[in-house]
Amino acid sequence: MTLAIKTDHVGRIYKKKSPKRKAASGAEPRTLTALDGVTLEVPKGELFGLLGPNGAGKTTLIKILTTLLTPSTGHAEVEGFDVVRNAKQVRERINMVSGGETSGYGLLTVRENLWMFAQFYGIPTKEAYRRADALLETLELSHMRDTRVSGLSTGERQRMNFCRGFITEPNVLFLDEPTLGLDVNIARITRSFTRRWLREHPDRTVLLTTHYMAEADELCDRIAIIDHGRVIACDTPVNLKRLLQRQPIFEITAGGLDATNIAEMRGTRGVIQLTESFEPAAGHHILNFILEDESALPAVVGVLAGTGGHLVTLGKHEPTLEDVFVKLVGRSLKEDIAE
Amino acid sequence: MTHVSPVALFFRTVRARAAPRIWGMKREPSWIFLEVMVPIVSTTAFVYLYRSLHAPEAYIGFVILGAVISAYWLNVVWAMAMQLHWEKKEGMLQLYVLSPTSLMAVLVGMSYGGIIMASSRAVVTLAAGIWLFDVKLSTNELPMVFLIFGVTLVALYGLGMTLSSLFLPWGREAWHLALAFHEPAFFLTGMNFPLSKLFSTVPGIISFVSAMIPVSFGLDAMRQLLLPSKIPGVFAPSTELLALAGLAVLFLVTAYVALQRMEYKARVEASLTLRG
Repeated sequence: MTLAIKTDHVGRIYKKKSPKRKAASGAEPRTLTALDGVTLEVPKGELFGLLGPNGAGKTTLIKILTTLLTPSTGHAEVEGFDVVRNAKQVRERINMVSGGETSGYGLLTVRENLWMFAQFYGIPTKEAYRRADALLETLELSHMRDTRVSGLSTGERQRMNFCRGFITEPNVLFLDEPTLGLDVNIARITRSFTRRWLREHPDRTVLLTTHYMAEADELCDRIAIIDHGRVIACDTPVNLKRLLQRQPIFEITAGGLDATNIAEMRGTRGVIQLTESFEPAAGHHILNFILEDESALPAVVGVLAGTGGHLVTLGKHEPTLEDVFVKLVGRSLKEDIAE
Repeated sequence: MTHVSPVALFFRTVRARAAPRIWGMKREPSWIFLEVMVPIVSTTAFVYLYRSLHAPEAYIGFVILGAVISAYWLNVVWAMAMQLHWEKKEGMLQLYVLSPTSLMAVLVGMSYGGIIMASSRAVVTLAAGIWLFDVKLSTNELPMVFLIFGVTLVALYGLGMTLSSLFLPWGREAWHLALAFHEPAFFLTGMNFPLSKLFSTVPGIISFVSAMIPVSFGLDAMRQLLLPSKIPGVFAPSTELLALAGLAVLFLVTAYVALQRMEYKARVEASLTLRG
């Protein structure tokens, strides 16, 4: 098996800036461990996902793999090249697209910007324009190709960035929250394009970080769940969901609840995990329960009725990646984003 | 992955990075007014000052040539030294770094674009000087003038690249440093008065600092050749040319080494990007 990405106990510690007075007094600089012993192997041709809450270390890992940051411990390779010692060889083989990126010069048109970035990879002008036109067509941005970047909306700009990532035909592409800010339709187009690109180029590899569980589920061959800088699970989406197959998951929509009621339900015997969200328009809470077994359900409903809440809907569903995430990390990714 | 020779990659990068500056000039007409026409006003103030003091007519030419060179100096301070800092803020720096091209090529591209931009201002200033203030330039030694001008630009933009690499790890401090370079240079380089007056009146250390700014000897040598007068230069133009060539080599080598070191330092200290 040829590996596209390999990390071996990669760690990264950031030094936080201390106030000058403290620094002068000789106090130890404060540190933050962003990555802690991450070991991963991604074979060529795979679309590999990194899932984790904010601050979990996903972007730090991508920065290390794209040679923007050095690891504090361990070592990492891309296509067999060490990201610290052989940065030039790594850079020849990679590209990256980040969500919310504001890159590109506003005075240049979309097409000119793509041409410019292609030049940094040595792509001849004619070929650069050919690739740019094809990508703009695929991502439904052809009508904006001669528009200055300063005149693009956030979504259009992100689609241009997407084109920038693919125009160099990298062996390994890093997509860091690439669909951030894109509307549903365009996000779908970018996802299907990514999949098609990998089908057409089976020797290429994509490493994707995303907040969207459905995106990870739909796209990724394998997923690593990362929290507090550590990989806590790594497998195919199907196998990850199997972790919960013996534990029934119920979704209850209920009204008339407050924090105390929910805490009481969380403490009910047989409840493994409970995550909640509130729909202000309807005044309802949506509660997701992972139970030890189905026999715990009557007790949960009993507590709900006893606390004055009223049941609106009750349903059982198959485990999703979101459920796996909650089970492993202890909180929902949606809660994390809301925070 | 595209296979390309390092030389071809270097020149493609230079051309591509110069493009935003050159194309941008044509697309922002307000730039012509603000960057080209407005500076003539401050030059005019010096001309009237010298005329009211009945200074030798050569001083008018000195001011005009000073204004021509100041266009390049301001471009170096604000569009070269500060540029990597701005590129970092805009999220562009990380895209340069993770591409296979060299930051040196990116900076040379910026310089090339910057020289084209500054030249339009310089040409208008020179034309205004000749047309409005009747400055008469000697054309006896034009090849030498062009040689000195070219070497001055190489040394000057080499200094800009060095500063740019040194500013790489910094945040807001870079802005303050650029300001610190901006104003004192008008005094240290004799932008509006003969450099020999400075060298004969200030302590040696200040003269040394002055000599390290390529504008000083470049301007002094060109004034001697284009505006022959009784006002002496600091050294003969050929000597100043040699000093400028030395500075050009020094700054280009320093820029290359500093870029390598600063890029690595920035990767270790996580200062290539703003977003965590």
